[in-house]
Amino acid sequence: MFSYYLELALRSLKRSPGLTALMVLAIGFGVAASMTTWSVFRAVSGDPIPWKSSKLFVPQIDMWGPKGRGPDSADNEPPNAMDYTDAMALMHAHRAKLQSAMYQISPSVVPADASKHPINVSGHAVYGEFFPMLDVPFLYGSGWNADDDTQRAAVAVISGKLNDKLFGGVNSVGRTLSIEGKDYRVVGVLGHWNPQPRFYDVVNTGGFSIGVEDVFVPFERAIAMGMPNDGNTNCSEIPSESGFVGLQRSSCIWIAYMAQLDDAAAVSGYRSWLDGYAKDQQTAGRFGWAPNNRLRDVPAFLDQQKVVPSDTKVSLLVALGLLIVCLVNTAGLLLAKFLRRSSEIGVRRALGAPRLAIYAQFLTEAGMIGLAGGVLGLLLTGVGVASVSWVLPKDIASLARLDFSLLTLTLLVAVVATTLAGLYPTFRASRVQPAWQLKSN
Amino acid sequence: MDILPILSTLRRHKVTAFLVILEIALTCAIVCNAVFLISQRLERMQMFSGVAEHELIQIQAVSIGKQNDAAARAQEDLIRLRQIPGVTGAALVNQVPFTNSSWNTSVKLGPNQKQATLNATQYFGENLLQTFGTRLVAGRYFNADEYLDFEAVQRDQKLQAKVGVIVITQALGERLWPGQSALGKTIYLGETSVRVIGVVAGLIRPALFNGDASAQWSMAFPLRMNVSNANRYVLRAAPNDRDRVIAGAVAALRKADPHRVIIEKKTLDEIRSGFFQNDRAMAGLLVGVCIALLVVTALGIVGLGSFWVAQRRRQIGVRRALGATRRNILNYFQTENFLLATIGIALGMVLAYGINLFLMLHYELPRLPAVYFPIGAIVLWLIGQVAVLGPAMRAAAVPPVVATRSV
Repeated sequence: MFSYYLELALRSLKRSPGLTALMVLAIGFGVAASMTTWSVFRAVSGDPIPWKSSKLFVPQIDMWGPKGRGPDSADNEPPNAMDYTDAMALMHAHRAKLQSAMYQISPSVVPADASKHPINVSGHAVYGEFFPMLDVPFLYGSGWNADDDTQRAAVAVISGKLNDKLFGGVNSVGRTLSIEGKDYRVVGVLGHWNPQPRFYDVVNTGGFSIGVEDVFVPFERAIAMGMPNDGNTNCSEIPSESGFVGLQRSSCIWIAYMAQLDDAAAVSGYRSWLDGYAKDQQTAGRFGWAPNNRLRDVPAFLDQQKVVPSDTKVSLLVALGLLIVCLVNTAGLLLAKFLRRSSEIGVRRALGAPRLAIYAQFLTEAGMIGLAGGVLGLLLTGVGVASVSWVLPKDIASLARLDFSLLTLTLLVAVVATTLAGLYPTFRASRVQPAWQLKSN
Repeated sequence: MDILPILSTLRRHKVTAFLVILEIALTCAIVCNAVFLISQRLERMQMFSGVAEHELIQIQAVSIGKQNDAAARAQEDLIRLRQIPGVTGAALVNQVPFTNSSWNTSVKLGPNQKQATLNATQYFGENLLQTFGTRLVAGRYFNADEYLDFEAVQRDQKLQAKVGVIVITQALGERLWPGQSALGKTIYLGETSVRVIGVVAGLIRPALFNGDASAQWSMAFPLRMNVSNANRYVLRAAPNDRDRVIAGAVAALRKADPHRVIIEKKTLDEIRSGFFQNDRAMAGLLVGVCIALLVVTALGIVGLGSFWVAQRRRQIGVRRALGATRRNILNYFQTENFLLATIGIALGMVLAYGINLFLMLHYELPRLPAVYFPIGAIVLWLIGQVAVLGPAMRAAAVPPVVATRSV
C-alpha cells in the first residue's frame, strides 16, 4: 500500500513542479538556518566536561568587602578570582578531594637546538591534582605528585604540539627543556586537549581561547621562580609593595581556583568550611565584613560569568523564528494544494477508501516533501557550517562542526515538521463529503 | 477598487488566508527585532576610542630572564624606535585600547568615603597621551618633570603621594562631577589623592569588561614604565608608513636585545577589528537570517498567489467576459495582497513589541525604537506587492474565453 501512496505522491508532486520546489526550498532554508545557528550555539554553550562538571566547583571568597566593589555590583557578588593569600590558605587546608590554584603564565622556552630562536608559549602554573581533577588526557607519562608540588620540583607537562616542535613527537618523558632559562624535566606529554569554553580559567580567557595550552609547571615552583602572571590582575587598591612579590602580598586577584567535590555532603561541608574561614579572617581583623562566599559548580559559574554570549541565544531564537515561518509557509502551500484535490479524494472515498487511507496517502506526500526539504536543508546546513568560519571568530567557528547527531536532527526536524504542517490540510481533505464532491463536478 | 468582494472571497479561504497573515506577521516581528539587533552591533562597532586609530601600531616584546637595567633598556628602545623614518611618536605603555589586558582601580571622591564611586582604568607610560593622539579639551598634559618611575613608586609607598596629578576623560569627569568642570578636582585612589590637571575628549578602556556604559572611564598617570613592568611599545606613524615602520621597529628591537621575543606586532586598526569580530559575526549571521526570512515569505506569497490564480481561472474568465479589464484583475490581486499584508503587519507590530519586551527582560536589550515599525511595514508591503505581481500578471492574462469552457 505504501508504495502505491509513494507513487501517487510522486505523480502529484510532478504535476506542479514549481510549487513542490518552493515547498522544498522553504523547508530547506528554514532547517539550514536554524541548524547552523544551533550548531554554533551548542558549540559555545556546550559543557566542556559533561561527565564531571557538576562535581567541579569554583569557590569565591570576598577578600575585598563591600568597599572594593563598585556601585555597579548590586548583587554583592564577591570577586571572581582569588588573591594569593586566600588561594594558598585554601590549598593548604586541602578540604576537597582534589583541588588546584592556577595562574596563567607565558614563559619563553628554548628549544634543544640552541641555534633556534627562543619561543614564547602560554600555559598555566597548577598543582599536581589539576590533571586527575580535570581528566586531562596524557599521551606519555603523567602529571606530577604532591611531593613535587611541595618541593617545587623543576618538572613540566607539555602539550603534544610543543612536544612535536621540540622533540619531534617522540616520547620525551625524562628529557629536559629550558623554561625561562632554567632546566625542567618533562614528566608528561598531553594528548589532544583543548576544552572550550576554557572552564578552569574563565577569568583570564574570557571563556574561549584559540591557543592550546603548551606548558604546565608546578604552581609553587612558578611562584618561587618569579614567573609573572600573564593573565588579568584586578585590584581594589594599589599594592603597597612592588613587583611580583608585592602582588602576592596584595589583595589583588589573579588566581583561578577549582575544587572537586563528589557529593552533596562534601559540597555543604566545603561551603561551611569556607564560611568558617571567612569568619576567622573577620575575627583576625583581615576582613571587616561578614562572610560572603560563593561555591558554584562549573555550569553555574560559566552562566554567572556570562561566558556564552547572549547574542548567540538571541540569534538562535531568530533562527527558530525562521524555521517557524518556513513551516507556516509550507503548511499554507500544502493546504492550498491538498484542498484543490477534493475531487480526487471524492473519487477515492466513493470507491470505498476509508479516511485512514486518505490520511496515509496525504501524509506520505507531506513526508516526502519534508524528506526532500530535509536533504536540501542538510546540504545547506553543511554550506552554512562551513561558511560560519568566515563570519564567526576563529575560536568559536572551529567548534561549530557538522556532526552525526546534527545531521540526524536536521532530517528528523524536517520530516516531523512537514508532516505536522501537513496534518491540518490532510484533516480537511479527508473530511470532504464524497457525494457532494462528485456532484459538484 | 471594491474591497467587499475581496473580503468575501477571503472568507471562503479562511485557513489559507490566516496562514499568509501569520507568516507576514511573524516575518515582520522577527525582521524588526533582528534589524534592531544588527543596528545595535553596528553601532557598537563604531565605538569612539579617542585615539588616532589609523596611525597607531602596537609591538609587544618581552625579554628573557631578569632585566638588570630595565629602565635604561626602555629608554634605549624608545630612542631607537623614534629614529625609524616615519615614526612621529613612541611610548612604552602598560595597556592599549581594544586588547584584553587592563589595569583598573576603584575611584573615590573623598578620603573617608566607604564605598568606591566607580571603577576606572589606569594608563601608565611616558608620552602616552601624546603618542595615542588623544584630544585635549581642558587643562594640559603632563610636564616632563612630573613623571615618576613606576617601579620606584611601587617600591616606595611615600612616593605614591608624589604622583599628584592625572589626566582623565571628559566622560569620567562628567560622571564624577556632573555639570561641573573636572579641572582641579581631586579623586582618591586607596590612600592617595590625585588632582585632575587635564581632560581629554576620549580614551577608551582596553577591555570593556564592566560593560559598554563605562567604556570611557579612563585615567592617565605620569608614570614611566620600563621593560620589566611593561612590554607594549606604541608607535605612531602616517597610515601608509605603518607596514614599513613595523618591520623597522621589529628589527630595531631585536638589534637592541637579540634575546627578545616579539609576541605581537599589529596596527591598532587590526587590533580593533579583532576586538569587534564577535559583533561583526553576529551582525553577519542575523543579516543572513533576515534575508532568508524575507525570501521565504516572498516565495510563500508567490506560491499561494499562483494557487489562488489557478483556482480562480474560471471566475477571472467570467469577470473578463463581463467587461473587467486586465488592469481590474491585476488590481484585484494586488489589493487582496495589500489587505492580507496590512492585517499581517498590524499583528506583526504587536508581536514585534512583545518579542522586544521579552528580549529586554531576558537579554538586557534596549527598547525597540518606534522608527522600526513604519520601516518594517513598508518593507513588507513592498515585498508583498513584488511577490504577488507575477501571479497577478498571470491572472490578468487569463482570456475571457475561459468562462465559456467547462472544467
